[in-house]
Amino acid sequence: MDKVVRMSSDKGVVIFSKSSCCLSYAVQVLFQDLGVHPTVHEIDKDPECREIEKALMRLGCSTPVPAIFVGGKLIGSTNEVMSLHLSGSLVPLVKPFQANLC
Amino acid sequence: MNTTSTHFVPPRRFEVYEPLNQIGMWEESFKNNGGMYTPGSIIIPTNEKPDSLSEDTSHGTEGTPHKFDQEASTSRHPDKIQRRLAQNREAARKSRLRKKAYVQQLETSRLKLIHLEQELDHARQQGFYVGNGVDSNALGFSDNMSSGIVAFEMEYGHWVEEQNRQISELRTVLHGQVSDIELRSLVENAMKHYFQLFRMKSAAAKIDVFYVMSGMWKTSAERFFLWIGGFRPSELLKVLLPHFDPLTDQQLLDICNLKQSCQQAEDALSQGMEKLQHTLAESVAAGKLGEGSYIPQMTCAMERLEALVSFVNQADHLRHETLQQMHRILTTRQAARGLLALGEYFQRLRALSSSWAARQREPT
Repeated sequence: MDKVVRMSSDKGVVIFSKSSCCLSYAVQVLFQDLGVHPTVHEIDKDPECREIEKALMRLGCSTPVPAIFVGGKLIGSTNEVMSLHLSGSLVPLVKPFQANLC
Repeated sequence: MNTTSTHFVPPRRFEVYEPLNQIGMWEESFKNNGGMYTPGSIIIPTNEKPDSLSEDTSHGTEGTPHKFDQEASTSRHPDKIQRRLAQNREAARKSRLRKKAYVQQLETSRLKLIHLEQELDHARQQGFYVGNGVDSNALGFSDNMSSGIVAFEMEYGHWVEEQNRQISELRTVLHGQVSDIELRSLVENAMKHYFQLFRMKSAAAKIDVFYVMSGMWKTSAERFFLWIGGFRPSELLKVLLPHFDPLTDQQLLDICNLKQSCQQAEDALSQGMEKLQHTLAESVAAGKLGEGSYIPQMTCAMERLEALVSFVNQADHLRHETLQQMHRILTTRQAARGLLALGEYFQRLRALSSSWAARQREPT
């Protein structure tokens, strides 16, 4: 749990994913489209994968991956991100973390 | 049960004969054919038309009300009697011929039906889902997992019927005067109807995700525009936009933002799908092709395919949210117009499919 907290409190957008998870990939693509470079943790490459999964579920995620954190706060999974984006609320949320465009 | 009333009850196919002669004629035909003849109807030696028969027998055996008429006809018009008898025989003969032709037709149809059933069975075994109007329950279906899909197709048939009804209602109501309250409830129902379809699709995807992905229940023109098992939300916004006029500046801005967000979400999902296809192809092609054994590849590929269900659900979630947002941005009246336009758009696509299919069938 601590590890998850530590990993998720990275500044900006943090995505917990698995290397095989294509939906997580889709979420990454979306954030990149919005000018954000998310930090992606592929938990299947982590030795403590099981524990991380359990911790994420306990935090309220229906599926362990993808789990999206913005500014240290859990947003949810793909559903929540999509809903936020369509309602226009995602962009303001990630605005402080958008890569500076030259 | 036939009532033996004293008043005259005409047989169903009575057209040609005058009432008085008709009664006389019945009495004669009983003498000739043993009480089985009803003027104008098909002669059936078995008991297939009980109503006519009991009608006749009651008139024949009881006969009391007609005795008076019988005597009158017989004594007064002997020629007419003969002519009537001849006509009866002729009519009877024609009836028998008609019946023979009808039975022949039935036999041919029955054979055709058996043949079609066999073809359908064969097709099902090959993995094709045969739907869109075919009553699969009557014909029987194979007991692999198709029963849930067959149920879905029947449910979808009802869904389309209800959809068409709602569209007609919206059309009628919008052409006249309608209160905002009434319109609001129509809009709510229309939205709920779409959400119901998404739930149906989600259940079907768990049973057969390929079926849902390929839009197998849709008509051909609808399938042409398919994006992950359904319509593309951003395309839809483009089609509907002109029907919302007049829009306030704020509304216009909101809708443009919605369109852009939709596009971005669609692109993200599309790229995710591409990656899935890529990894699936990798799994299937892994190892040495040509050895003839590939169970580990199948196991791996099956795991990859699980992800397809979540993509289908995400695509429907996007459609759901797009409709939801449009509802939020638009006024009730604009939403009603939009839903009517949307409904008719799909109706037109379905009509296009029918027209196209009919065109293909015409001989060149």
